Amino acid sequence: MSEINEVTVDELKHLVSERAIRGETVLLNMGPQHPSTHGVLRLLLELDGEKIVNCIPDIGFLHTGIEKNMEAKQYEKAAVMTDRLDYLNTIGNVLAYSLAIERLADLDVPPRAQAIRVILVELQRIASHLVWLGTHALDLAAMSVFLYCFREREYILDILEMCSGQRMMTTFFRPGGLWRDVPADFELAVRRFLRMFPARIDMYHALLTKNPIFMDRTRKIGVINAEDAVRWGLTGPTLRGSGPSIDLRKTQPYSGYEQYDFEVPTGTHGDVYDRYLVRMEEMRQSLRIVQQALDKLPLGPVRSSDRKYVPPPRAELGTSMEAVIHHFKLWTEGFQLPKGAVYSPIESPRGELGVYLESDGSAYPQRVHWRTPSFVHLQALPVLSRGHLVADLVGIIGSIDIVLGDSDR
Amino acid sequence: MSEEHLRTALKSLQERFNLQPAEIQKYPPALLVPPEQIVAVCQALHDEFGFNFLADLTASDYWPEQAPRFHAVYNLYSHEHNVRLCLRVPLDGDTPTLPTVEAIYYNANWHERELFDMLGIDIAGHSDLRRLIMPADWVGHPLRKDYPLGYEEPQFTFNYDDIDRRKHKARYEEA
Repeated sequence: MSEINEVTVDELKHLVSERAIRGETVLLNMGPQHPSTHGVLRLLLELDGEKIVNCIPDIGFLHTGIEKNMEAKQYEKAAVMTDRLDYLNTIGNVLAYSLAIERLADLDVPPRAQAIRVILVELQRIASHLVWLGTHALDLAAMSVFLYCFREREYILDILEMCSGQRMMTTFFRPGGLWRDVPADFELAVRRFLRMFPARIDMYHALLTKNPIFMDRTRKIGVINAEDAVRWGLTGPTLRGSGPSIDLRKTQPYSGYEQYDFEVPTGTHGDVYDRYLVRMEEMRQSLRIVQQALDKLPLGPVRSSDRKYVPPPRAELGTSMEAVIHHFKLWTEGFQLPKGAVYSPIESPRGELGVYLESDGSAYPQRVHWRTPSFVHLQALPVLSRGHLVADLVGIIGSIDIVLGDSDR
Repeated sequence: MSEEHLRTALKSLQERFNLQPAEIQKYPPALLVPPEQIVAVCQALHDEFGFNFLADLTASDYWPEQAPRFHAVYNLYSHEHNVRLCLRVPLDGDTPTLPTVEAIYYNANWHERELFDMLGIDIAGHSDLRRLIMPADWVGHPLRKDYPLGYEEPQFTFNYDDIDRRKHKARYEEA
């Protein structure tokens, strides 16, 4: 036992305090297999009694080499890998990837495809927030919220399955539009959800928001002020809980977000409770966006007509030789993007999800890099957790809403 | 308003540090910055031009080219002016060194560790330069272009034993 301890202290000597080397504080491993680390995250904790002196995150247990693999795949074929990054925001990942390609190729997306993208991404945001809410509450010992959240999430996943045939790994968006149009009963299903869900949010509020146990566990825990939050690179609800109203859907709109009327909720204290309130309000705002997008859902094509990037519809193959050639070229050698590099960010449920895409003019990407919010948020964990109890660390991890597939890539 | 701010920032940086625009970058607008100037440029952008947020830091490998072999890519964002700016740092040779910017942007810490881990770019002055994603005893830098993409060889009847023998050999050598 002492031998293991010495090895750990040796390699991390510059990170732990003097007292750990003298043996006055305890080094404790939390994870990688631990139910409240939301995946395979290892935290090395330096503890004084039950108080956290330092916390050293260790990631990489869910590394899948997706960035390397994407370099060996044609652009359209690499799209299926995006779903495996942040598995709670699958449709948002493929949106970020498609937007990067569209930006590099100057590809226009038809208005109907844009509106359907917004609807699905916002539904996915609600689904992601529901998983966050359920697991966050579960970590703080509120069992029943989890069951309700997953019931509603299942409804959204049904809608995704209705569109794409898959609950989670959808790859429904493609560069230049959608894989196909949504089915006829899509609108009905989304409208049913819109009618049903506001009352459910009220129910979550009734279960948690004024619950004294929940408030004790979350208020004044994991506080970070606005300036530090920006310096540590926090984005999304985690940043907005501290005050700054930075939402890329508002500040740098994509996919036609500028047409929709919605608010960006912010917090004031920057603690776990404020981040909770921000996310709860975001679900309501997402509903507003979905409602507006659905009300004025335009008719028309759902894929760009640029045949250099988007394959022709199946029906054309029987009549047009040109369509056959395009089809053959696109499915054998893929499309080539013009030489260049873009950084294309979107607002994922967790924060800024950026794709750095560089093309050398061939059919394979020269470099794809994912700027993932979980990765950046995790390195702020030591700052958030210092001085708190081990039990509170669980709440703090929940409040920055990490997905390990997102951070390890 | 914001576009104007971006133009002034780009212009005054180009004059002060004698920088060239990077043609390859389509969005956001980019400057080519030599590695020895990157800290000063970042400091100026952070303090004077309101680029308070390091959105992303990554690198691209141009192997087999040697000069430059890498481009380190800094993506900055100004919350106040709502504009993005990119800095591209060309790095020569197989074992390049890049100075750290973690004193200006705290979150550069892990991004730089990732560069060190995945692309083998040494970061001078970094407070905690360990491997981040790969295990501590890993050999090589997986995102380099000369690092092979590992895969399982498909075994058919005619080469089954051959591949099997090779696989076992590798396993014994590891152990």
